Amino acid sequence: MSRAGWIRVAVLAAAVGLLEAACRFGLIKPLTLIAPSKIAVALLGLFEAGKIQPDIGQTLGNVLAALISACLVGFALGVTLHGLPRLRRVIDPLLASYYAVPFFVFYPLFIVIFGMNDLPIIAIGFLFAVVAVIVNTLNGLDRTPAVLLKAARMHRLTRLNTAWRITLPAAAPYLLTGVKLAVAYSFIGVIASEFIMSGAGLGYAIGYAYNNFETATMYALMLFVLLLVAAVNAVLHIYEQKLLARRGRS
Amino acid sequence: MHPASSHIELSGISKIFPGIEGRKPVQALSPLDLQLPKGEFFSVVGPSGCGKSTLLEIVAGLTTPSSGTARFEGNPIDGVPDGVGVVFQEDASFPWLNVTDNIAFGLRRAGVEAAEIKRRCDYAIGFMGLGDFADAYPAQLSGGMRQRVCIARTLVLRPRLILLDEPFGALDQQTRLLMGDELLRLWRETEATVLLITHALDEAAMLSDRIGVMSARPGRFIELIETGWPRERDSRLVSETGFGALTARLWAHLRGESQRSLGMKAPT
Repeated sequence: MSRAGWIRVAVLAAAVGLLEAACRFGLIKPLTLIAPSKIAVALLGLFEAGKIQPDIGQTLGNVLAALISACLVGFALGVTLHGLPRLRRVIDPLLASYYAVPFFVFYPLFIVIFGMNDLPIIAIGFLFAVVAVIVNTLNGLDRTPAVLLKAARMHRLTRLNTAWRITLPAAAPYLLTGVKLAVAYSFIGVIASEFIMSGAGLGYAIGYAYNNFETATMYALMLFVLLLVAAVNAVLHIYEQKLLARRGRS
Repeated sequence: MHPASSHIELSGISKIFPGIEGRKPVQALSPLDLQLPKGEFFSVVGPSGCGKSTLLEIVAGLTTPSSGTARFEGNPIDGVPDGVGVVFQEDASFPWLNVTDNIAFGLRRAGVEAAEIKRRCDYAIGFMGLGDFADAYPAQLSGGMRQRVCIARTLVLRPRLILLDEPFGALDQQTRLLMGDELLRLWRETEATVLLITHALDEAAMLSDRIGVMSARPGRFIELIETGWPRERDSRLVSETGFGALTARLWAHLRGESQRSLGMKAPT
């Protein structure tokens, strides 16, 4: 690990240590926050009691559904828009201002359309993630050097082979950026939706614990969400570094 | 020269790029004719922006001419013909493949058997001086080495017609001369026809059987010069007595055209 990396770890460890000390010496009241060590113990307790596994399964299932559909649809729409420059000129400003819309306000509408089940939750996760994939797909295709496509033509590649052998690998770093954002956005979309319109899942469980003054459970669930998202991001980051190191852009 | 014996035959070729968003259309090439017999090493020199690269793209089948017909081996060029290899001016190495995989790319697509691919790649890596970098990715190479990868990737396919668009632009002078020698050796061995676009007059003078001097835009040939060099030749030609006279003659033609293309006053 680099020196900056070690310093980063040290800063985090010091912050957690300070929090632990503040809680232990009564500077922070137990009703506000419990000590980090106790949060970790509570999390292990939840796992042992088998209490949160169903919620984890529920949330992960919805996140995966939102993520995969956002990646597939976003990639397909990105490729289509790239091939239709006129349509793209019409759509581009809409894409650019898309994230200005707080589309959580549409949740009653989604319930009316899809009913009271997982679909409205997946729909919000999907809507939150899909445009990041579209924008980064377009970006990747825009930045594929024209000479690489000429080289593909000189090798007399078919259209499909050109897409698979040239365009996709050339755009890969940008596509990965889109996927990384889509992961973060689908987690946010799904967990936030579970707070307001679900009877299961991590978002629901955190809200439930909060309403019933189960402080230890609430913090344990929050810790779990943080660890989960950090782990997913770390895996993507390592893969990205490998890809970029090869291309000399890390 | 009888057209039937020509490897490449261009007649009445012109290219006009339509004006985009209210700008005037640009005529890149005025109608021009050219015949290259099989196995000739032909270079095109001309001022910048004279349509040299457009000419190459027409022969490569990457661009369709606005008028006229282009033939390769007697067949009209419609799309990229089989047996034509191009080395582009820009870096066209694939950044996601290492040197070996870059060079093997075309051979693999063409379904050549693995042992033969390895043999040809090893040879190409050797003569291109890339031996220590067979597993390196393009990002780890200098611009000149990347260009050598692209040259190797094209030449291992053994094209019958090799099109080179200022391929040595990214190389230093010494490497340029040595690459020129290698190109001459390959040209002799494979008996391919070569069309080289260059702005380096000495390069054209040293490598070519014949040199076409182009005018400022819209480009046309203002003179075709036979160099008269023997087929067995290399960069030591630069010390020949005729060499200086040849480059001087090229410059005499190009000075005025270059001034015109830069928008300078009439040459004196």
